[in-house]
Amino acid sequence: MMKLKRSKTPNAGASHKKWTIGFSIAALSIWIFYTYIMYNLPDGPQTIFQNWLPPTTVNEAMVWVICALGLNIVVGYAGLLDLGFVAFWAIGGYSAGWFMSSFFRQVNIHIFSPSDAADQPGIHLTFWAVLGVGGIICAIFGIIIGAPTLRLRSDYLALVTLGFGEIIPQVFTNGENIAGFNLSNGTKGISPIDNVAVPGKILGPFDFSWKFAIFVFLTAIMVFVSLRLRKGRLGRAWLAIREDELAASMMGVPLMSTKLAAYAVGAFSGGVGGVAFATHVNGIFADRFNFSISIILLAMVVLGGMGNVWGVMVGALLIAWINSTGLPAFGDLVNNTFNTSINFPSYNFLLFGGVLILMMLYKREGMIPESRLKAILHESDDETSNLGGSH
Amino acid sequence: MSALLEVKDLKVSYGSIMAVKGLSLTVNEGEIVTLIGSNGAGKSTTLRTISGLLKPVSGSIVFKGQEIAGKAGHDIVALGLCQSPEGRRIFPRMSVRENLDLGAFLRNDKVAIEADRERVLDLFPRLRERYEQKGGTMSGGEQQMLAVARALMGAPKLLLLDEPSMGLAPVLVDMIFETIIKIREQGITILLIEQNAAAALDVADRAYVLESGLIKMSGKASDLAKDEAVTKAYLGG
Repeated sequence: MMKLKRSKTPNAGASHKKWTIGFSIAALSIWIFYTYIMYNLPDGPQTIFQNWLPPTTVNEAMVWVICALGLNIVVGYAGLLDLGFVAFWAIGGYSAGWFMSSFFRQVNIHIFSPSDAADQPGIHLTFWAVLGVGGIICAIFGIIIGAPTLRLRSDYLALVTLGFGEIIPQVFTNGENIAGFNLSNGTKGISPIDNVAVPGKILGPFDFSWKFAIFVFLTAIMVFVSLRLRKGRLGRAWLAIREDELAASMMGVPLMSTKLAAYAVGAFSGGVGGVAFATHVNGIFADRFNFSISIILLAMVVLGGMGNVWGVMVGALLIAWINSTGLPAFGDLVNNTFNTSINFPSYNFLLFGGVLILMMLYKREGMIPESRLKAILHESDDETSNLGGSH
Repeated sequence: MSALLEVKDLKVSYGSIMAVKGLSLTVNEGEIVTLIGSNGAGKSTTLRTISGLLKPVSGSIVFKGQEIAGKAGHDIVALGLCQSPEGRRIFPRMSVRENLDLGAFLRNDKVAIEADRERVLDLFPRLRERYEQKGGTMSGGEQQMLAVARALMGAPKLLLLDEPSMGLAPVLVDMIFETIIKIREQGITILLIEQNAAAALDVADRAYVLESGLIKMSGKASDLAKDEAVTKAYLGG
């Protein structure tokens, strides 16, 4: 009898290298462009880039990518609908506010803090530690909200997450005086927060190319973790639950802990994205964290292709760009050309809603569908030819 | 022969409706035991309770000397009690290979898993042909083979088969039942739940007849196949 080889191992290393190289080249080209080329362009082209694709838009889009990749683990991998992802973004943001600013003046803690914060009161941890702390706080909240609710069927779970996504921002908006304790500084928010220190340099609020490098690095970690998890045991368990929960449990997949793991990992990256966003805007403001963020993130995952890391990344970049720059710039162009005064950005939800409906009707798998079957067929070309003669 | 599975006085209810009202049965090592009965008699409820998907109201389920009533499903699978569920429930968007991988989800012994993979593919050569095909695109018979093969990948001591012949053409029903005998020859004990009483009694050593949540009759399968009441009620005689 013919022996079947384990089919996924031989190509795993190669495909791994492939994406790392492609990703690095893309990131490096963008970085070089915004660091060295754009500001040396003649006025005309430079204005076009400033209007249509300024560096701050690129950086903000990277934050969206980090969060969308986190939501992709919950929605795309494990098939759990989460309508309140903004809560994790907010908690991550406030972690940055709490642990890298002078907000808690009553204490004085400095751990690897940048040198310009050394003589300030408050809690000042290094940005890198806050990424972890914010992520862990979010993961804990993910488990707290998940433990009692993940037993619910998916549509009820979506309702609970929706509530969670409304409650957390409300707590921060009204958290100025919780029994005498100022948790969030209410609507005034927490600003400024510490600058990020990299070896030999402290980054100011407008050091876009450095921050871009940091966000790309975080995104790369997210991609790596997503791809690794998916290939591994946990990833298989998530896919099984997404396909058929009852059958998965009959195969011995522990439902609760597997779903909680998806929640915790997703929440962790939401927290990381929140911390990154806080450093991007140099502060945390409660009114930024509203329901629309959850929906936009979901639209990114659905548009890009649920479960496909690259699809989600493209979806996130595209929607983030349309939302922050593309639509306003397009509106200006139209208004100036035809001498109208239509407020294009106010139609963004009409646009996203329309896109979501159209995708659900005509292309449910997204722009770049999850190509599991394709990958399988590709990896095992040599085996299928062997199989023909087995009996 | 020693008892591999011993169910005593099992009661299971859905809300206020009692579906299983004090059922006892024994499966000895190496046997094929069948539980027959009409639609709604409580067969699937019994099986789902044994495999931990439902919690019993009362009663005991002892598997390999351990009480498993009310334990979590994955702990029971880990003990070596695997099932091919009613309606197959294969993972439709996964390939045959991935389905089999998931059958071995709780195992870490790579060498033994590969040996078992060869064994089940020898048992179902059709699955070898369809190895990279998505489960959902296969015929009903092939899906049933996959459901059984997937359960076998868990290295069961006791294999629970829930209605393996349901919805299959007669020639495939014969094939499935022949395979059940082959599986037993490999040292795996089988508890078979069937509506197709004639075929089930044909392959089984012993049988239990379930009626409205209670065991009505039990004994050697060959004796029950000749029993007048059974013939009349379940064999269309």
